Amino acid sequence: MMGAALSGGMLPSGPLMLAIPEISLACAACLILLCDVYFGAGRRGLTATLTMVALTVGVALTGQYGLTTQRFLLFNGLYVTDSLAGFLKMGGFVAMATAVFYSQDYLEQRGMRGGEYYVLCLTALLGIFVLISANSLLTVYLGLELLSLSLYALVAFDRDSGIAAEAAIKYFVLGAIASGVLLYGMSMLYGLTGTLDLDQLSNTVRRGPDAALMIGIAFVVAAIAFKFGAVPFHMWVPDVYQGAPTSVTLYIATVSNLGSFALILRLLTHGMAGAPAIWTQMLMALAVLSLLVGNLGAIAQTNIKRMLAYSAIANAGFVLLGFATGNTSGYQAALIFTVAYVITTLASFGMILMLSRSGFEHEEIADFKGLATRDPLLAAMMLALMFSTAGVPPFVGFWAKLWIIQALLGGGHVWLATFAVLVSVIGAFYYLRVVWYMYFDAPGERPVPEARPRMRLILLLNTAAVTLLGLLPNTLLSICQRVIP
Amino acid sequence: MQQLGLLSVVIWLPIAGGLVTLGFGDQRARAARWAALVSSLLTLAACVPLYAGFADGTAKFQFIERLAWIPALRSQYYLGVDGISLPLILLTAFMTVPVIIAGWSEIDKRPAQYYAAFLIMEGLMIGVFSALDSLLFYFFWEAMLIPMFVIIGVWGGPRRVYATLKFFLYTFLGSVLMLVALIYLYLKTGDYSIAAMQQLPLTLTEQRWIFIAFLLAFAVKVPMWPVHTWLPDAHVEAPTGGSVILAAIMLKMGGYGLLRFSLPITPDASHELDWLMVALSLIAIVYIAFVALVQQDMKKLVAYSSIAHMGFVTLGAFLVFYIMAATGSAQGAVNGLDGALVQMISHGLISGALFLCIGVMYGRLHTREISAYGGVINVMPRFGAFMVLFALANSGLPGTSGFIGEFLVILASFKASFWFALLAASILVVGAAYNLWLVKRVIFGEVANPQVAKMQDLNPREFLVLGVLALAVLLLGIWPAPMLNMMEASVQHLLQQILTSKLPGAA
Repeated sequence: MMGAALSGGMLPSGPLMLAIPEISLACAACLILLCDVYFGAGRRGLTATLTMVALTVGVALTGQYGLTTQRFLLFNGLYVTDSLAGFLKMGGFVAMATAVFYSQDYLEQRGMRGGEYYVLCLTALLGIFVLISANSLLTVYLGLELLSLSLYALVAFDRDSGIAAEAAIKYFVLGAIASGVLLYGMSMLYGLTGTLDLDQLSNTVRRGPDAALMIGIAFVVAAIAFKFGAVPFHMWVPDVYQGAPTSVTLYIATVSNLGSFALILRLLTHGMAGAPAIWTQMLMALAVLSLLVGNLGAIAQTNIKRMLAYSAIANAGFVLLGFATGNTSGYQAALIFTVAYVITTLASFGMILMLSRSGFEHEEIADFKGLATRDPLLAAMMLALMFSTAGVPPFVGFWAKLWIIQALLGGGHVWLATFAVLVSVIGAFYYLRVVWYMYFDAPGERPVPEARPRMRLILLLNTAAVTLLGLLPNTLLSICQRVIP
Repeated sequence: MQQLGLLSVVIWLPIAGGLVTLGFGDQRARAARWAALVSSLLTLAACVPLYAGFADGTAKFQFIERLAWIPALRSQYYLGVDGISLPLILLTAFMTVPVIIAGWSEIDKRPAQYYAAFLIMEGLMIGVFSALDSLLFYFFWEAMLIPMFVIIGVWGGPRRVYATLKFFLYTFLGSVLMLVALIYLYLKTGDYSIAAMQQLPLTLTEQRWIFIAFLLAFAVKVPMWPVHTWLPDAHVEAPTGGSVILAAIMLKMGGYGLLRFSLPITPDASHELDWLMVALSLIAIVYIAFVALVQQDMKKLVAYSSIAHMGFVTLGAFLVFYIMAATGSAQGAVNGLDGALVQMISHGLISGALFLCIGVMYGRLHTREISAYGGVINVMPRFGAFMVLFALANSGLPGTSGFIGEFLVILASFKASFWFALLAASILVVGAAYNLWLVKRVIFGEVANPQVAKMQDLNPREFLVLGVLALAVLLLGIWPAPMLNMMEASVQHLLQQILTSKLPGAA
């Protein structure tokens, strides 16, 4: 579907300029690390500011040079850039900038002032970008490892927290196994086809069911499922979401999701485009299980981060359902869903960060009790976010689910669509519980949230985006349609 | 592509008013109250040209607005009204005003949020009735759940959380299946407009499944037996205004959906399954009326009586096929449909008024137990008169609007089968029983306890609200012709749609 041409069009401004997002990020990461070492001590917020500058510059440079409407292959076919890559990378920049904005105060208050934090976030983003533009199994692996290793370190960033260390170890051990699994699967694919190039793979992998091919794809799918946190490879998700500092959870839940999306898009829908029957079946099973386990598991949670972790598992199920259709409208639906989910989840975790203070982690769902009396504005925004995630109009989450269901029905999967809407009714319950605590319960002794006007403004803009994209979704929908032709 | 027009005003004006009200905040409750009242009155005023400009005698949609909304989904911002939806829109705008006034002194907990929720509800409900694009319809239909969820949960009674979660999840479950059906239809027509779906030929199997999906959504809203159990809980726990809106308007959405979607889109499945619908309606009419008889709580009694009355709506709508089979007379079928529609409007007025009456008493004595009252007429003569009027209207007394709807439906059911008519008419007896018994226990008799003796009669505000509703009930009962004329052409058109088979090859 991505156009299987081996060579792209003519390069407009030299190959390097098309890779400007990655280049600018890599340079920025190195520079910021140096600046932090030499000037960072004593100057609070310097690295954070520099990071924001770097992201802004990255957006500007990418907008100027990095966007194409054609498909180009760079670096001997290892690297591909197309309109989808441009869209996802711009999204990555914006999402990370928002995440950094939300995290600043939180990190400051907890004494996590190390500039490495931002550098690791930048390298993780670089990993995501490499994944987005990967056109070879090697590039895929390179991007994935860059992303994962940065994330492991970030999860353990709060050195004194036992629970964070535990989460990081779990994440690392399971992640390492997943990487091994991926490499094993890739080696089988290489053994069968003799190529690492995804374009060539998509042309070669066309033969009918072949045991070795099936096993190879199964390994690759397992590694992808791990990255998505899809059942039965979801064990790390609740622990990491809960154990990691909230700002890192925010990053994993949002920015990193773009990476997972790119991973499945390049590896399966492009690389394995010749044998969709094999992997769509697997994805379907993963999706059904994720929807069930995620939605049922979330009901039992009392910790909001853990609840959102299970919700992430359930939402991964929705994205996988989109891919499981094996057709373009399904991939578009998955992209729309991912974008809507990232926008909404950014604000949801931003809200948790907003409500946390020094010495107080706003982690229990019960901490939301009476928020409507303590702070009507924040409560109204959280209400919008929860209903959006539950898929109720007039918020963007509704359109995301609508497209997935439409793609499923278009592919003839009536029962799968019915199943998906029914479990989302179960899912509605735990989002409603947050609203219930905020609106129906008395605040008790819980304090009024801090003012923080700047953060409030960004949260407000973010929530306004969730609502506006819900009222007038056409722009988002048509962009997503355009970038996946 | 038509420009934005009157219908958009009626939808978005209350929503904007709601946001303004919200902006005043709970600290400036007075300003918020006035902002809410002004918005609801302006909305009602905007309905006047809608009523005046509506041309009777055509089934075509009027006041059409058609703008590009989501070209990516071929869905349009497409509004319009016909004789079926206009009365419901007028009812919505009309009933919101008393709701705002009823909360004037009663609500002191987060008043701005209270009024804002009702105004936003109003806009969304009018949106449901005027949407001619099914995706837009669904958009309003679902969005409406959010303010109602908050209204019951924040301002409701002791078990409000249970009630509101039950309400939300029940209705959400019903509507997501409708969404699947709508998308399925869209994939066949390539267009979300309701008219295209109504013209689409469908096999019987498809129609059956779509009918069931629609039925789940609409039956929960109506509510039909046996999916009615959320209603008594929601009603009892909701604040007065919430009960009024629930009974007067939200239940009508189920009836409206059956008339606008189920019957015209899946006529053959409706024909095939009409025995089921008629059976469920009769069960609701007869059985639920007896359930109402034994209630101890006034709100629960009115809630169950609502379910029984809505049974007439579904009965009137689905008798069509029996009547056509038995007599072949289109007039009988039209009577049934007319009755269903009049019943919706009339029930909206009467049940809303009854809930307001209960709210008046609850505001003074803080209990809804029937046994706590007695002899209210001795201390509140004016209130007593209103209460008796509405209770009699609720039991279908000639001269009130309650009579017209029930009479038309029973008339139609005689044409279908004597036994249907007998069963349906039995509600006149049972209905009179529970209404009169309620009046006897609450209004008449000796003053039951010292607290009742201290109750104050209606204040001018309450008098105004109940007086206007009483006038409306009587007016519609004595002179229903304007409304019947308004509906006539649309009902004829609907009947044609229902009786035209959509099976491939039938046309």
